[in-house]
Amino acid sequence: MEFDLLIIGGHLIDPGFGFSKRADLGIAGGKIARVFEEGQLNKEEIKKYLGDRVIDAAGAIVATGFVDLHVHFREPGREDKETIMTGSRAAAAGGFTSVCCMPNTQPAIDNQETVKFVTSLAEKGDCRVYCIGAITKNRAGQELSEIGDLVKAGVVAISDDGDYVQNPEVMRRALEYARMFDIPVISHAEDVFLAAKGLMNESFQSAKLGMTGRPAVAEEIAIIRDIKLAGLTGGRLHIAHVSTAGGVEAIRRGKAEGVKVTAEATPHHFTLTDDLIGERFDTNLRVNPPLRTETDRQAVIAGLVDGTIDCIATDHAPHTDEEKDVEFDQAPPGMIGLETCLGLAVTELVDKGYLTLLDVIRKLSANPAAIVGLPSHGLGVGESADLVIFDPEAEWTVRREDFYSKSKNSPFVGRQLKGKVLATIMNGRVTHRTRT
Amino acid sequence: MGLSTRHLLQLEGAPREDLNLILDTAESFREILDRPIKKVPPLRGKTVLNLFYEPSTRTRISFELAEKRLSADTISFSAATSSVKKGETLKDTVRNIEAMRIDMVVVRHSSAGVPYYLTQCLEANIVNAGDGAHEHPTQGLLDIFTIRRKYKKIDGLRVLLVGDIRHSRVARSNIWGLKTLGASVAVCGPTTLLPYEVERFGVDVYTNIDEAMEGVDVVNILRIQLERQQAGLFPSQREYTNLFGITAERLTRLNPNYTIMHPGPMNRGVEITNEVADGPASVILEQVTNGQAVRMAVLFLLSGADKRETDLTKTE
Amino acid sequence: MTKSDAIQFMDKQAIDRAITRIAHEILERNGGAESLVIVGILTRGANLAARLAQAIEGIEGIAVPVGLMDINLYRDDVNYNPDLPEVRQTEILFDIDGKNLILVDDVLYTGRTIRAALSQLIDFGRPKTIQLAVLVDRGHRQLPIRADYVGKNIPTGFDDDVQVRFVERDGVDEVVLSLAAAK
Repeated sequence: MEFDLLIIGGHLIDPGFGFSKRADLGIAGGKIARVFEEGQLNKEEIKKYLGDRVIDAAGAIVATGFVDLHVHFREPGREDKETIMTGSRAAAAGGFTSVCCMPNTQPAIDNQETVKFVTSLAEKGDCRVYCIGAITKNRAGQELSEIGDLVKAGVVAISDDGDYVQNPEVMRRALEYARMFDIPVISHAEDVFLAAKGLMNESFQSAKLGMTGRPAVAEEIAIIRDIKLAGLTGGRLHIAHVSTAGGVEAIRRGKAEGVKVTAEATPHHFTLTDDLIGERFDTNLRVNPPLRTETDRQAVIAGLVDGTIDCIATDHAPHTDEEKDVEFDQAPPGMIGLETCLGLAVTELVDKGYLTLLDVIRKLSANPAAIVGLPSHGLGVGESADLVIFDPEAEWTVRREDFYSKSKNSPFVGRQLKGKVLATIMNGRVTHRTRT
Repeated sequence: MGLSTRHLLQLEGAPREDLNLILDTAESFREILDRPIKKVPPLRGKTVLNLFYEPSTRTRISFELAEKRLSADTISFSAATSSVKKGETLKDTVRNIEAMRIDMVVVRHSSAGVPYYLTQCLEANIVNAGDGAHEHPTQGLLDIFTIRRKYKKIDGLRVLLVGDIRHSRVARSNIWGLKTLGASVAVCGPTTLLPYEVERFGVDVYTNIDEAMEGVDVVNILRIQLERQQAGLFPSQREYTNLFGITAERLTRLNPNYTIMHPGPMNRGVEITNEVADGPASVILEQVTNGQAVRMAVLFLLSGADKRETDLTKTE
Repeated sequence: MTKSDAIQFMDKQAIDRAITRIAHEILERNGGAESLVIVGILTRGANLAARLAQAIEGIEGIAVPVGLMDINLYRDDVNYNPDLPEVRQTEILFDIDGKNLILVDDVLYTGRTIRAALSQLIDFGRPKTIQLAVLVDRGHRQLPIRADYVGKNIPTGFDDDVQVRFVERDGVDEVVLSLAAAK
């Protein structure tokens, strides 16, 4: 049999089927055509495949491509920050084969046309791009958007990300209404009034710097309210970027009570804390929800460990140098995250003994895919060839000039990480290969 | 001999030796202010930019005079008359001005961290003249200097800061400097005007002014701003005055030889009565004079810091 | 430097005699002590100023006002010297207008310290005259400055080191010269 691509020498990990073994893969027609058990593929056979058609994955892990439930690709509206093309290229570099775009574009993704626009642009991109529709028209928190229409156009979830749906009545209706399409409502859970004008976490650090704080309870209250509403309505609730110990605990209780709630955590919230801000007033550390205390960081990790937090999502939020090279309070919140995600997960979670590689792969692929109902991409024959090949032992330094993202607003530049993506394959096509 | 830094950004974490050097040098400069010609030449040929992005009268005048008395050339720039309104970034503004060969920048800004940000944009020495509610190091130093001149020490004194601690950069600089030099510091104010986790500053915290005054040597009274009431942080000026206003009757709990300070501008009849502000223990005007000496000392010492090329400030 | 490398040029007796002589010369030239004020340059010029005042009081019975001055802010090498000078206290607690001001330093060398002191004194007022008294003149002037009263002229090489020691500061009264070659 003739393959388009051979992946040899790798170690396959598939959380869906729960296997972990040495095997080679033959890819054809965008699908996994054959799985060769160790030794089945002879050297003569391999020699027929030259250059681009063979990937030597010796010593590396081959896994299902990563899925990010939370990116901002800024198109339409702010193509100076990121476009679907540059964003999907960055996603491929980070090992992602599917991403979900938040709807806070200009115009917002609150109608079929914008969904179609984004989806059509993404056809030429380097990863599968799904849209998350707005909960409310123009994300204003008032009237529901045409959610049925949005679902028909292909949105996989709804969210007013960036803003909390402050009116509980609106959120209740959203959860009720979305239930009939079986899509999750993703909540950016921060009470607007309590978090108002806050530049960073409210803590001793904000007290020292004299900055207005965003208290942890602004998140806790918002999460608790939404869990109550999800319980009331039977709707599916997904909590975006959980950052506080109280928020993690609320989700844990909600799950125990049988509420349909899932949650994500970002690499920056399980890696960084608010005491870094006073060191250099780095505007790349300004993010919503803000970096919290060490206690919160530990609680987020504990939530990932015990399954309270289902998945890792980057909240990849590009901003230009011009926007970030300003006074701390003038900089827009957000940081990019696609290309540092795996490295941070391995360095901070696997290397420090909190999660196994299998756990991390699950939280980066199978779990998020299930939350938004994406087809599962396993490693069995006939599955779509959406794959990531990475070396969990490779150490590398984050360098500004290496980012594929159009924006470079990462506080991790200069940081030494372990765990490096070697290649990404989406639908049988190699979308990223690390220069060696 | 010299400071461990080429910028004065904050008193938090400033080494005791730096604080003492500034205070000792200020002592020498204090004498110059009593001379018939209040001017000495050490900053001759240096140009200092006073960059004020927030309205300020006394701090700006104090810095300008200190610079002139050190024979520096000075230019002052306030946001109202600048290109800020034309949409230029802070970085562009300061780099444009620095291109005219500026040696030092004194900056006041509503955003915490701007003085640090300028150290990353410019070659000049940066002096923080107040950044948001973060720090106002020269005010902290001049308050400490005033206390030290009276008591000949800081170590072992009890200093009470009263009022809006939460929004006060003066309070923060005072707390860090005083604690480094061995004073015991207490704060008192409405709970809504105390910083989050205020105890972690290493201060004693009171909400009852009479208890707070017990055994105190120095009371530093902070200005209470009307906008805090409008933001709902306390119900009325009347109630604030009743609960926290410093009146002559309340002074009886202080140690004998006590001192009354206020960084200004004062709201007489609100946080402080005339009797207290103008009483024999008040050093409020002395603070203003001392501010000159302290700012001269800071500018002089920073001007020398570059020559040693030992930049110990935080850089990447 | 060991003690044996240093040559003692003046001992306590020689210093005392020089101070007494200078006191007499000052009084003679200024017609008594009434118009006099004395300002010593920190550090040892201040010690010498105090001794001169003492000597004058011993002769005339008049306590002449004595001030002391730190000249570091007026130095001409502030922008050239890698070390920022320590700024010490200046204390001139009397009016110098119209006075015959005796400026006192221990050693006169390049003249730059005296230049700085003159600049600073002018900022304090307008004395009728400023006269310079030094214990040692070691030559090598770089500016047009000369002393009115000199305890002892000591010929030196430019890099030699002349040290005046006073008992109140150094535990001994003496003037020693260490040759550059011996260092």
